[in-house]
Amino acid sequence: MIDKTTAELLGIVSDWSGKFNGAYNIRSNGECAGRQSSENIKLENKEDGPGLVINIKPGTKGETVYIPACVTKGGINDLVYNDFYVGEGADVTIVAGCGVHTADGHDVRHHGIHRFILAKGARVLYKEKHIGTGAGGGAKRIDPVTEIEQGEDSYLEMDTIQIGGVDSTFRKTSGRLGKGAKLVIKERIMTDGTQTAQTDFAVELNGEDSGADIVSRSVAKGDSYQEYHSKISGNSRCKGHSECDAILADNGRVNAAPELFAGCLDAELIHEAAIGKIAGEQIIKLQTLGLSEEEAEKKIIEGFLRG
Amino acid sequence: MLKIQDLSWTLDTGEEILKNVSLEIPEGKLTVITGPNGGGKTSLAKLIAGLEKPVGGRILLDGEDITEWDITKRSQHGIGYAFQQPVRFKGINVRDLLELSAQRSLDDREICGILGKVGLCANEYIDRVIDSSLSGGEAKRIEIASVLAKKDAKVLVFDEPEAGIDLWSFSSLIDAFEKLKAGEDKSLLIISHQERILEISDYIAVIADGSVTKAGSREEILGGLLGEEKAERCPLGKDKEDN
Repeated sequence: MIDKTTAELLGIVSDWSGKFNGAYNIRSNGECAGRQSSENIKLENKEDGPGLVINIKPGTKGETVYIPACVTKGGINDLVYNDFYVGEGADVTIVAGCGVHTADGHDVRHHGIHRFILAKGARVLYKEKHIGTGAGGGAKRIDPVTEIEQGEDSYLEMDTIQIGGVDSTFRKTSGRLGKGAKLVIKERIMTDGTQTAQTDFAVELNGEDSGADIVSRSVAKGDSYQEYHSKISGNSRCKGHSECDAILADNGRVNAAPELFAGCLDAELIHEAAIGKIAGEQIIKLQTLGLSEEEAEKKIIEGFLRG
Repeated sequence: MLKIQDLSWTLDTGEEILKNVSLEIPEGKLTVITGPNGGGKTSLAKLIAGLEKPVGGRILLDGEDITEWDITKRSQHGIGYAFQQPVRFKGINVRDLLELSAQRSLDDREICGILGKVGLCANEYIDRVIDSSLSGGEAKRIEIASVLAKKDAKVLVFDEPEAGIDLWSFSSLIDAFEKLKAGEDKSLLIISHQERILEISDYIAVIADGSVTKAGSREEILGGLLGEEKAERCPLGKDKEDN
């Protein structure tokens, strides 16, 4: 049974409109609220703990599997392990949003551990949206862990966004890439009030001609605090790029600590980082188009996080 | 009609940039403000758009004193301003900027029409983010396009629109300015040193050392200006150094 709050959260994090087309599993307050496999994508319970094993057949093309999770009752600490095995040559989209809601004064937490094992030539677009809602003082936490193993010539693009309302998050992502594998990560985080967010990337470029592109954009408003750590290890001929851009507003604070390790003479690794408030000239430009200062700031932040 | 009356502006350091400048920018006409670098032209444009506040004098739009209005209010009442140095954004694309200026959604055909005026092909630029991936010339043309898209424009101010634009695009821009002045009731105010822009103007004002030194119709001013320019060239053909 999917209640109104869960339905709203599902709509936000996974574009749910009362149904999904294709394979899906809806996790609500730690339990399965609906599941469907497709001919090519099988979802089964894990035998060694809470969560799923998702098997995607080799050669599967153009299918989407949805595995959103929502926690809408205070006092729940939801831990789940989902393992994705993506077969050779498959090309699929995985949508795994999470919404947490509490209005009864009790804390809620979702702690999702997702493992991706991509076979040779597999391609995955992995979309992840996080949001927290509800008043009442209970803390809303989302702590995702993403572990990625990429086989030869595979490609994974991770598009992850924390929309807002999450009081604290610790986002840990690691990847090990084989020959010719490519990993693209686009992360966007908005924090406000007293929220905190910590991001930790560790990517090992082990195979020849592997590559990683990690771009994190964040906005820290109010009295919020964010930490960004990334480490790209180039252990072979490879290309790695990480970029951390942060906008500060009010009393927001950001600590960015990028790290590059080159363990091979032919590793090409780059890091870029920029932290600062919104440039005054950007606000003025939008004011000359008729926007108020507040509207201009909002538009600039929207664009920044979208881009 | 925009009227500038005894406008003065001083830097925090006390340096006087504009001294009792008075001008009328007539409706439906193209007025060019020219003069030596550092003479106060850009400062005047910024004062008109509200980016700076004068220390004396008034600015009147259709008879209403707008001197104390902020940038947003001036824009909402029809004053557009194209920056000399285009502003870049991470995440805001060309469509976003034009739609913000037009204050409505624009279809691809409309965007194509606006970008075409500055020599850009909409297919290539409509979704381009206005960031450092654009060349200086591309960013400048998009900056001008954002002002051409403005909703209910009355006075459009362009600060050195020719800077950073190639010849072909500049020709398109001249056409756009001519069409704007011919077909509509907008006042165009262009800060420029460019002879071709001076040639399509209706009125010219020369600002030097913070004051209006000459003002009148193009016929009255342009010939003398070009003559002076030739006289100021040194015998070897090198331009006289700016002060």
